[in-house]
Amino acid sequence: MTAPTRLPGKGWGHWAQVVATHAVLLAYAAVALFPVVLVVMNSFKSRRAIFGSPYDLPNADTFSLVGYQTVFSGARFDLYFLNSAIVTGVSLALVLLFASMAAHALAEYRFRGNALMGLYLAVGIMIPIRLGTVSILRMMVALGLTDTLWSLILVYTAQGIPLAVFILTVFMRQVPSDLKDAARIDGASEYRIYRLILPLVRPALGTVAVFTMIPIWNDLWFPLVLASGERTKTVILGAQIFLGQYVNDWNAVLASLTLAMVPIIVLYVIFSRQLIRGLTQGAVK
Amino acid sequence: MNKRKPFPWHVVVFLAPATIVYTAFMIFPLLDSLRFSTFAPGPDRTFTFVGLANYQRLTSDANWAPFLWNAIKNNFLFFAVHMLVQNPLGLLLAALLSSQITRFKALFRTVLFLPTVLSVVLIGFIWRLILSPIWGISKDFLGVFGLQHLNQPWLGLEGTALVTLSLVSVWQWVGIPMLLFLAALVGIPDELIEAARVDGANAWRVFWGIKFPLILPTVGIVGVLTFVGNFNAFDLIYTTQRATAGPNYATDILGTFFFRTFFGMQLQAANPTMGATIAGIMFLIILAGVLLYLFAYQRRLQRIEL
Repeated sequence: MTAPTRLPGKGWGHWAQVVATHAVLLAYAAVALFPVVLVVMNSFKSRRAIFGSPYDLPNADTFSLVGYQTVFSGARFDLYFLNSAIVTGVSLALVLLFASMAAHALAEYRFRGNALMGLYLAVGIMIPIRLGTVSILRMMVALGLTDTLWSLILVYTAQGIPLAVFILTVFMRQVPSDLKDAARIDGASEYRIYRLILPLVRPALGTVAVFTMIPIWNDLWFPLVLASGERTKTVILGAQIFLGQYVNDWNAVLASLTLAMVPIIVLYVIFSRQLIRGLTQGAVK
Repeated sequence: MNKRKPFPWHVVVFLAPATIVYTAFMIFPLLDSLRFSTFAPGPDRTFTFVGLANYQRLTSDANWAPFLWNAIKNNFLFFAVHMLVQNPLGLLLAALLSSQITRFKALFRTVLFLPTVLSVVLIGFIWRLILSPIWGISKDFLGVFGLQHLNQPWLGLEGTALVTLSLVSVWQWVGIPMLLFLAALVGIPDELIEAARVDGANAWRVFWGIKFPLILPTVGIVGVLTFVGNFNAFDLIYTTQRATAGPNYATDILGTFFFRTFFGMQLQAANPTMGATIAGIMFLIILAGVLLYLFAYQRRLQRIEL
């Protein structure tokens, strides 16, 4: 490097650097995508083609939906999807409501024990809720909530609150106070002011929603421990059990993996911009 | 502002729902589980207080201790692979993604982060298929480099299973350090970097001399998140190797040991008090890691607003 210019020069070294950078990124992108593409592609093939030509796209000869037929006759994936959607949706709504209220209190009001309360609610960011599973199970048995979706919803709401409160408090502190003071002068109640602030932190709520949603949807541990009955299985637990039973039926295994994966990939591709922006901004400063 | 009012009820109303659910279903179970680890099953389904006897049993009894130390050892190896592979790889990808010369940044970010949003269960099964000698994908890939004779049933051998699964986990989770490092790198003011460029420093020197020291706080956060996540891991091992964490417990980590103990399996009755004791050990290990981080980064912590 010789010329101390602001922009890198367009010499040979520059282009070598451009090529090397993109080569590494492309190579790793291939590593990240390959297993997923391989599974989706082969789920539409006959058993013979899965083993005979695993890297080819399905064609008229090799196309087969036999795996999907096995999945739909062997497991109630429609029901599992509904269960996952209910659990994730209700938990997410409760986390957003409860956490935004608590964050509003921590960000807006000076009261004794404010900092201590913030610290108390933040402890759960670092200590995994899983370590309390023995007591959670005993508690759910005592409450008669095992094998209900409510047991999962309550645990996931508790699990999501600490990080949500932490992030929302940071964002709510940034809302200018003039607005709130003006509303107070107009005689707005404190509850009205909370509702006034909520739309202003919508990007933060989006970030928190994603942070909260992905681990809940993907969780195996609590469905396994608390709600493993046929009627309350989530997609992940359903897929896990189905995969274990049909482990030698490659068509069925590939089809069920694809079924469980594709909805998430579609949602992810649609929302990836917001998700990644949120993750990058929401990172602890 | 509330001094003239009798009592700020609205603050209580705002804090109550979150605090109640969080306390009832997270803090209380964590504490109750620790308490429960000091009990042992007595006659007639009662539990009697035994002090720290369970911990003593777990760490020295011949029926328990070898499993505990094996799981702790494996868990540290699992963590070491993440620290040595996942986090440097995440840093490299973030550095490339934050470079001025990189095109299609959004597309690359989306693709590279994709494995992270998928469930561990699905990832575990996908990799089990790919590594399966029946399908032969891993053999084909070694064949590209003329190394097909090195192919092995990686998940079936005691010597390779744990490292293989650690690398699968790295493949899945590298997106998290990548984005955290990326956020930190993007946040560095341009003036600092341009000043160094004007002084004639090349990209390598700029990265290690200026950028890396500035993102050290993120290095710490990534480290502690990796630690907590790894010592809480379970799904990947359970999915690929079942609760017995085979072959011959070679992939047993604290999460699977904990699950087997408190939940039981075919040949082993559930033992909730010993399960709570293992959770107690995990709690101590994670707490030690977090406290070490807070201590090492204490000056930094004061600047993070709580």
